[in-house]
Amino acid sequence: MSTHRDPRDRVQVLDEDGGVREGATVPDIDEDSLTEMYREMRLARHFDRRAVSLQRQGRMGTYPPLSGQEAAQVGSAMALADEDWIFPSYREHAAAHVRGVGLDSTLRYWMGDERGNDPDDANVFPVAVPIATQILHATGAAWAADLTGDDAAFLCYFGDGATSEGDFHEGLNFAGVFDVPAVFFCNNNQWAISVPRERQSASATLAQKAHAYGFEGVLVDGMDPLAVYQVTSDAVSKAKDPGPAGDDAPGRATRPTLIEAIQYRFGAHTTADDPSVYRDDDEVERWKRKDPIPRLEAYLRERGILDDESVDAIGESVESEVASAIDAAERTERPAPAEMFDHVHAERTERLDEQAAHLERLRERYGDEELLE
Amino acid sequence: MAQAELEQEQTETMTVRESIRQALREELEHDEDVYIIGEDVGAFGGVLEVTGNLYEEFGEERVRDTPIAEAGIIGAATGAAATGTRPVAELMFSDFTGVAMEQIMNQMAKMRYMFGGKTDMPVTVRTTEGGGMGAASQHSGTIHSWISHFPGLKAVAPGTAAAAKGLTKAAIRSDDPVFVFENKMIYEQQGEVPTDVEYTIPIGEAAVEREGEDVTVVGTQRLVGEALDVAESLSGDVSVEVIDPRSLYPLDTDTIVESVKKTGRMVVADESPLSYGTHAEIIARAQEEAFFSLDAPIQRVGTPDTHMPFSTPLEQEVLPGGEDVKDAIRRIT
Repeated sequence: MSTHRDPRDRVQVLDEDGGVREGATVPDIDEDSLTEMYREMRLARHFDRRAVSLQRQGRMGTYPPLSGQEAAQVGSAMALADEDWIFPSYREHAAAHVRGVGLDSTLRYWMGDERGNDPDDANVFPVAVPIATQILHATGAAWAADLTGDDAAFLCYFGDGATSEGDFHEGLNFAGVFDVPAVFFCNNNQWAISVPRERQSASATLAQKAHAYGFEGVLVDGMDPLAVYQVTSDAVSKAKDPGPAGDDAPGRATRPTLIEAIQYRFGAHTTADDPSVYRDDDEVERWKRKDPIPRLEAYLRERGILDDESVDAIGESVESEVASAIDAAERTERPAPAEMFDHVHAERTERLDEQAAHLERLRERYGDEELLE
Repeated sequence: MAQAELEQEQTETMTVRESIRQALREELEHDEDVYIIGEDVGAFGGVLEVTGNLYEEFGEERVRDTPIAEAGIIGAATGAAATGTRPVAELMFSDFTGVAMEQIMNQMAKMRYMFGGKTDMPVTVRTTEGGGMGAASQHSGTIHSWISHFPGLKAVAPGTAAAAKGLTKAAIRSDDPVFVFENKMIYEQQGEVPTDVEYTIPIGEAAVEREGEDVTVVGTQRLVGEALDVAESLSGDVSVEVIDPRSLYPLDTDTIVESVKKTGRMVVADESPLSYGTHAEIIARAQEEAFFSLDAPIQRVGTPDTHMPFSTPLEQEVLPGGEDVKDAIRRIT
């Protein structure tokens, strides 16, 4: 099952023009799924443009864009089964959508409504804004699956900057010691806000850090959706069934994998920063030549899976899905103010009841408009 | 647990340490999703011997030794709780809470809220507090005011063997994160403990441990027992009512206010540092609701705003005890 690649060898299936690289193994994905993969990436790109625009218009709060990172998110999420879980950072809107989280839910959250984080049965953890904290949650959940007997894999997304945090070390160390069914997926997009990758770690690769924890590290072209799908599928299979220890896995076969997906964020860290301050346009243009969407499109056209007509139809359906999601999110009735006292605990404490009642008395006396001034 | 309540129950005599272990054992038996994680909780039985032989009884799947990583323990417990299990984490000394604080205040405490209410967070965190062992300042802290401050967390701090069992079981059965603060100097203290496996103490319910008329002493942890001894020594002279709040958050304000309305005088005795803490919160609530019943300024007994000295004589000097409670009573009666 396990291939145990050298973490310095970058797995790549498609070249920059969408051709299959010599000697590369193309993953076994049916045509409908390939079309779906392409559509999810187009949807993510369009959603991202619209979300940034909504923020600029004052219709949404701070938003972290994902353009350039669609292949890493869609390719990895499509490699999961229904029972698997994902533990996102704050940028994995496309991965969450693949898991079944509606775009309207994602928009509601970023518009300031925590109810957007409560998708039923999608097995998606809420966004984690402090860096790397979700890695421990994934490890803990994967570890607990031993007890419940759940046959699931637990995939955790984080960035290159997160590998500098203590929680990264503790999470991966626990995962190795207890051999948990986890996949640690590092979206190395080269920049942690303004600090470049080489200022996060002196390691030649981030993937090689896995060796210190006793499991496999894999380096992949994160802007190649087929390569991402392949390495994630392998990692998920290994998490669920590590197989016997072999020559390539000295001592014992291990479940966890660290995947480092090399990629680039085309836009800002969030709508609150201006990347032109810390990186130059030439660099951005160089990475845009690796844009995952035209690469996959060229591959699918070459294989006769897509043509002008189907590409246009996908473009139209994507625009209409995003427009409906924005409409649905903006039409959602705002939560009653006193609901902010709910969900602090399983049941409101007496103190919280009193504080909620106090707010209601103020609203009755003065009205919302007066209170918001 | 108040004497009158205890008389209703079948009990046996045991130490606080044994009562906590019995609570853990019963809950491991009661619910297969319950498991213990922590440092040296397994074959070693816990550095203060609380988990004892549970590892032999339940095996390494249910009593799990972890690498040394407090954030790892709390973070792993948080992830596990959100996906359907009921971890009981041990932080060896409450002084190590700081190492795990991001996972406690931003993750465990907020997970239910961040999830829009769609997840439970049934984590219990057991940890030891308090000076008196000559263990120096980084093993002797009393930090429960800190945890009681963050929304989303609950905190209990038993002062008797019965409360230790009832609160530990209630914490494990709770769908909220609950910290159980065990004062290490009372592990050997004995008391009557109900044997009913369904016995729990509701979180947020104080106990009147001794009824009195002249002054109310709200004491926590070790100071419950010391306050009861003081009350006994003053009997016939001053009639002292002793309340163990048992839960720090949520706090049973009603029981305290009712008592103060009766006695008109109050002493709050808690081992945490005196500034910005548990004493202040209890006193603020009492004066909000019983100000016009007060006949004297409320007194507080606690640790000065310094660290626990390594030197035994200095440590004894700094630690609040029965004499300090008695002096405080004398100042206002």
